[in-house]
Amino acid sequence: MLFFSYFKDLVGREVTVELKNDLAIRGTLHSVDQYLNIKLENTRVVDQDKYPHMLSVRNCFIRGSVVRYVQLPPDGVDIELLHDATRREARGS
Amino acid sequence: MSGPGLESLVDQTISVITNDGRNIVGILKGFDQATNIILDESHERVYSTKEGVQLLVLGLYIIRGDNISIVGELDEELDSHLDLSSLRAHPLKPVIH
Repeated sequence: MLFFSYFKDLVGREVTVELKNDLAIRGTLHSVDQYLNIKLENTRVVDQDKYPHMLSVRNCFIRGSVVRYVQLPPDGVDIELLHDATRREARGS
Repeated sequence: MSGPGLESLVDQTISVITNDGRNIVGILKGFDQATNIILDESHERVYSTKEGVQLLVLGLYIIRGDNISIVGELDEELDSHLDLSSLRAHPLKPVIH
């Protein structure tokens, strides 16, 4: 639930999602759900010459299960806050 | 729970990338919680480096959610400007969990 809330706060920001098939897609985070499925708007594939498979796609839904990394804007993460929150979650309180 | 559902894409043309790297284009007719989807009038776009993109007609298709990587909204305007017969690329790699 923690990372779900965390990603919800990032809605509207520009992120790069790297998939488990090595495809990297950059776009504006539109929404996230409990499975960490991600919807991006205004997408472009990072290496378009190598991967022209999504040239006519501007908005997409990415299944949470195939996400390897989400690259965030540098100011998109408050490390202290996340640190405390993860500790609290680990303690179960 | 609200989130990135596929409601807004129903009856629209979508481009699906599956975990084994296939690209299937069709009209979204239905979906569920597990991202299982029903596609109508679908076709597969087969990419290769030797020749342009080949189209394989599939018709009515159900894809199991487990096997789906991306569901993209196909922009008809952009798509109509694509020259698929001259587009060459390696097929997408399969997803490795």
